[in-house]
Amino acid sequence: METRRDVFQAIADPTRRAIIALVALHAMTPGAIAERFDSSRQTISKHIQILTECKLLQQEHNGREIYYHLNPQKVKEIADFIEPFRKLWDERFNKMEAIMKKYK
Amino acid sequence: MEQKTKLNAEEGKQEITITREFDLPLELLFRAHVEADIIEQWMGTKVVKLESKKQGGYLLQKTDPQGNVIFQADGVIHELIPNKKIIRTFEMANTPFGVQLEFYEFEKLTADTSKLHMHVLYESFNQRDQVLKLGMPQGINWAHDQIQQVAGKLK
Repeated sequence: METRRDVFQAIADPTRRAIIALVALHAMTPGAIAERFDSSRQTISKHIQILTECKLLQQEHNGREIYYHLNPQKVKEIADFIEPFRKLWDERFNKMEAIMKKYK
Repeated sequence: MEQKTKLNAEEGKQEITITREFDLPLELLFRAHVEADIIEQWMGTKVVKLESKKQGGYLLQKTDPQGNVIFQADGVIHELIPNKKIIRTFEMANTPFGVQLEFYEFEKLTADTSKLHMHVLYESFNQRDQVLKLGMPQGINWAHDQIQQVAGKLK
């Protein structure tokens, strides 16, 4: 089965959300991230890979170490995702409210 | 400033909730959902059919100036309790979005204010996200309008 490397698919997983929360504080090496979880290092590494593939995490090389940090641009994209839909309903309801006031 | 209309779409779920407080008495908020001439005003569509009762149905349409149907949605009303609740289905014609199940709950806050709780269920997680991404159904509606306007200028 082909896995969808969709940013929303990526954040649907609780472990991956926890990784995002960790890395949001400061850049971390894969080892340091894995230490914070009970899961195997291999499992965490797979989660990091998925987050990187959908560009939520970015790699930074510092000497021989790889650090992962959060891509704020992509995070903003998620927040913006539902905003047009919300705005649509907001405008609609504003209109309805104005119309109904005439019926008072 | 706090947003008046709140939308909640949790990851991985096939539903959304929308809540909104209105400076309207409960009765007026409810009327805006069951009277055809009022719905036409705020939805911007023609109400071809509306039976606001249990086991009733409805049909909304929007036509271009030439009379071609550019938007159509219909559904059946499963439950309708005045000033309290509406349960209905909603489906847009000629789209891949499928049917959605909608729960509307009307809540009285004060004599002059009320709150609407909308709970919408989609067939799948993917379908919900597709709908959200396209800002449907009005997004499509508006797209049609814009196409219409652009086409009008070309004439």
